[in-house]
Amino acid sequence: MSTEMTSISSYRTVKPEEVTTWQHVADAEVFPTNGGLNIMHNGLQIAVFNFSKRGEWYATQNLCPHKKQMILSRGMIGSDGDEPKVACPFHKKTFSLKDGKNLNGDECDIATYPVKVEEGKVYIGFDS
Amino acid sequence: MKKVVVVGNGMVGYKFLEKLRAKAGADQIELIVYGEEPLHAYDRVHLSEYFASQKAEDLEMAPRSWYDENQVTLKTSQLITEIDRSARTVKTHNGDVESYDYLIMATGSSAMVPPINGVDKKGVFVYRTIEDLEQIIEYAKTVKRGAVLGGGLLGLEAAKALMDLNLDAQVIEFAPRLMPRQLDQRGSDMLKSKIESLGIEVLLGKNTQKINGNGKLTGLDFADGSSLETEMLVISCGIVSRSELAGPAKLETGKRGGFKVNDQMQTNDPYIYAIGEAASYNDMIYGLVAPGYDMADVVVDQLIGSGERSFTGADMSTKLKLIGTDVGSFGDALGETEGCIPIVFEDKHAGIYKRVNLSPDKKSLLGGILVGDATQYSMLLQTVQNGLALPKSPEDLILGARGGEGDSGDAILALPDSAQICSCENVTKADIVGAIKEQGCEDVPAIKACTKAGTGCGACTPMVADLFASTMKSMGQTVRKVICSHFDYTRQELFDLIKVKEVKSYDELLDTYGTGDGCEICKPAVASLLASAWNDLILKQDTIQDTNDRFLANIQKGGSYSVVPRVPGGEITPDKLIALGEVAKKFDLYTKITGGQRIDLFGAKINDLPKIWRDLIDAGFESGHAYGKALRTVKSCVGSTWCRYGLHDSVSFAIEIENRYKGLRSPHKLKGAVSGCRRECAEAQGKDFGLIATEIGYNLYVCGNGGVNPQHALLLAGDIDEKTAIKYLDRFLMFYIKTAEPLNRTSVWLNKLEGGIDYLIDVVVNDSLGIGEELEKDMQALIAAYHCEWKEAINDEKMAAKFKHFANNDEHDPAQQFVPMREMKKPADWD
Ligand code: SRM
Ligand SMILES: Cc1cc2nc3c(=O)[nH]c(=O)nc-3n(C[C@H](O)[C@H](O)[C@H](O)COP(=O)(O)OP(=O)(O)OC[C@H]3O[C@@H](n4cnc5c(N)ncnc54)[C@H](O)[C@@H]3O)c2cc1C
Ligand code: SF4
Ligand code: FES
Repeated sequence: MSTEMTSISSYRTVKPEEVTTWQHVADAEVFPTNGGLNIMHNGLQIAVFNFSKRGEWYATQNLCPHKKQMILSRGMIGSDGDEPKVACPFHKKTFSLKDGKNLNGDECDIATYPVKVEEGKVYIGFDS
Repeated sequence: MKKVVVVGNGMVGYKFLEKLRAKAGADQIELIVYGEEPLHAYDRVHLSEYFASQKAEDLEMAPRSWYDENQVTLKTSQLITEIDRSARTVKTHNGDVESYDYLIMATGSSAMVPPINGVDKKGVFVYRTIEDLEQIIEYAKTVKRGAVLGGGLLGLEAAKALMDLNLDAQVIEFAPRLMPRQLDQRGSDMLKSKIESLGIEVLLGKNTQKINGNGKLTGLDFADGSSLETEMLVISCGIVSRSELAGPAKLETGKRGGFKVNDQMQTNDPYIYAIGEAASYNDMIYGLVAPGYDMADVVVDQLIGSGERSFTGADMSTKLKLIGTDVGSFGDALGETEGCIPIVFEDKHAGIYKRVNLSPDKKSLLGGILVGDATQYSMLLQTVQNGLALPKSPEDLILGARGGEGDSGDAILALPDSAQICSCENVTKADIVGAIKEQGCEDVPAIKACTKAGTGCGACTPMVADLFASTMKSMGQTVRKVICSHFDYTRQELFDLIKVKEVKSYDELLDTYGTGDGCEICKPAVASLLASAWNDLILKQDTIQDTNDRFLANIQKGGSYSVVPRVPGGEITPDKLIALGEVAKKFDLYTKITGGQRIDLFGAKINDLPKIWRDLIDAGFESGHAYGKALRTVKSCVGSTWCRYGLHDSVSFAIEIENRYKGLRSPHKLKGAVSGCRRECAEAQGKDFGLIATEIGYNLYVCGNGGVNPQHALLLAGDIDEKTAIKYLDRFLMFYIKTAEPLNRTSVWLNKLEGGIDYLIDVVVNDSLGIGEELEKDMQALIAAYHCEWKEAINDEKMAAKFKHFANNDEHDPAQQFVPMREMKKPADWD
């Protein structure tokens, strides 16, 4: 098993201006409404969220930093004030979908990736 | 820029860093902290909790990352061994030198070890750090008896810890009474009898002279000629300030040790301050956190504020729960003021002792003692500290305003604004009222987050809650338990809305009655309400379900799932047993018989779940709803068919009931049982509903619970026939579903229900509200709507397709790992 995949340091936030490749990952209809599904890219697992209530898409690392669990895509999404967030299904630690910040303040933040949807296809932005 | 070096990363040292950084960033003050312990600062006050959790991170004052984020340089496992005042540097035990502009000594104290012959023997411990506790835990595994030397606050806490480690425990005190500084003889007597009733032996007036044993301790000899056999000793005889660096650096110390400080916490060197248990103020060492935090405030004000703040001493009042007994001691507790008038109340049967000391003119309260019931502690302490007027008959102070509940609330509002509610964090009444009125805190957790009140020892939380309720009331608002910030409704109100307006989906409810986008609290709560109202297929709205409901299985470490098929009443045919075994083999699952009389298959990969269920359903199984807040099992004993004592066929009845309510969603999980006679082998009185066969029918019990807070079920109706039992069960369950708050088991719900079991009997048996028939009808509708969720899921291609780990391939999660264990497997540990 790749240890790279479960190492927190393998996941680094990619800013929209840093994107060099837009990777097509799946069709939009595969993703549940107001929920997430995980994808594999270059040995990394990325959680992709279809926040249909807000008409927004987000992508973050799938690895929850709390107990290093490959799980965030199965978490419930929602909002805290205006901040879109995901709650880890294991112990309900919450993270901002916008910038990956840990909203409980007791875990490290998670990496986020740009997402775009064109003609029903979902693309994630990577910098390499 | 100033450079501040803190020596000691204990509770007060940490608090100082936190308070300073709140006022000054790294651009103004550079902060370096040295700690001798390997761990960064942790909560010593709650040290004893380590025995239960053994997780240091549960105790930490702030995670290690806090120091980085706040630009504080943290150096742990480093002892400062020297202060050079002229060069303004300190030196560590490895010889590193660090310069400072200001030096803060927060070195705390160590346990005092009396010079008894033999204290160096193996098996003698102190009780101060996590490392001490680790050693105690290890040693306790090898022995059966353990004693504590010292019957003060800490000693008693240590004795309880030894008892919890399954040792035969004793407490030895030199004085003729326990907690000699806080309690008088009668208070001590009361506490002693409570402690002894737990099985801890208390020896008073014992002067320990010698610790016996050949290398390893075996017992103690006392001055009166008696002795005690024990294998382990925890010393808890007080503290000594750690001011060993004072002498060589020519810093003055107090009479009882400690760095001598003035009102600004300054030592005789204006560049060196001391705070916490390391400081000696007017020759007094304060062995509590709250005064230490005040001292930290004073120094912060010196370094970055007006410099006007001063320390003027602190109150040593204490309230704690000792070995399950509330003990409070405040002000002049022992009545040492001349001419003071004590009033005493004692109830030996209930184990309550209370004493208040009035001033000679009976106009003010000087102090007092509370043992067994300390509910009035905060009020009484406030009365002393603020010189509040006494009631006409001062005995009301301890007897309470009998019968009148409103009084305590109003009394709270009568407190002056400056009254200190939380002494750990120095939060006043005005701060809390301000947080409610101006900052809009809408519940107690919000007040805690906003003011920090109640985040220390927690003793003031009830008072914060009272203050909250009274303040809200004074603003003309009643406190409602709304489910979260997205819905301004209680669970019961939402349930009514859903039923009356026929709301069928979460989105519809949120759009019409809520705000924002929802969250992990309201989504599953509403999902449960929708299921209780309509019993519709939950997978239609999968993303509002908790993960267990979303994937119809229980998530496990590593992200695999467990599968629990229903086995009604625990009865299972050999063929079905074989089928379970075959499925488990085929999908490489760990199998275990559960406490609920069925079989759990663990370690299923998400992609395999539909295939596993295809096989199980083909073999005649249905979902067991182990994942849902729903009916779990109805346990049975073998009953009259085989058992020589059985009065009725409990298995058949259990199967009938389990099949009746299977799939029923409720505020929390539901468990039932049927026993064939009063020997009660099915443990029906520990379930949400339980039936016990009698000569002529069944006794129906409700609202029992095992788990966290076990509670016996109470009799709802006696000697009823099966038909009546089912009728009452329908009504009882439906009434619970309609009125309970989310995640309240029936026992918790009943405890909050005004009128208790008598009221419940009135509603269910006597139909006092006239809703009996309606409840039965609602239940009938739910039963009629039952479907096996798994059958529907695998027969619907779209739903079955949701059970996958990746959107872009059909692989299993490569990160998931299992390790072998006793011919089966288990998930790899997480760290
Ligand atoms: C599997 C089982 C243990 C076993 O191997 O025997 C079990 C396993 C879990 N129990 Fe239990 N409980 C199991 C019987 C019990 C019992 C015994 C019984 O039912 O007779 C109790 C005490 C009785 C009671 O509930 O009153 C019990 C009291 C709890 C509690 C505490 C509930 C409470 O009100 O205090 C929890 C926590 C909760 O529900 O919030 C809990 C929660 C859990 C969870 C769901 C914890 C979790 O969130 O992961 C465990 C899920 C494991 C899994 O993935 O399958 N489990 N649990 C038992 C399954 C029974 C079944 O066939 O469905
Ligand atoms: C079991 C237990 C229960 C308690 N319960 C309560 C309670 O209910 N309520 C209450 O108010 N108080 C309670 N206390 C007391 C409370 O914990 C102390 O008052 C508080 O911890 C004092 O904080 P401090 O920072 O002054 O000292 P400490 O927390 O002792 O911290 C001092 C730190 O400095 C380090 N140090 C010392 N010398 C050096 C050096 N030369 N170089 C580097 N580091 C050094 C020490 O290793 C230590 O880590 C309890 C204490 C214990 C042990
Ligand atoms: S007792 Fe605790 S550890 Fe054991 S199964 Fe129940 S929840 Fe899990
Ligand atoms: S693993 Fe995510 S919160 Fe614990």
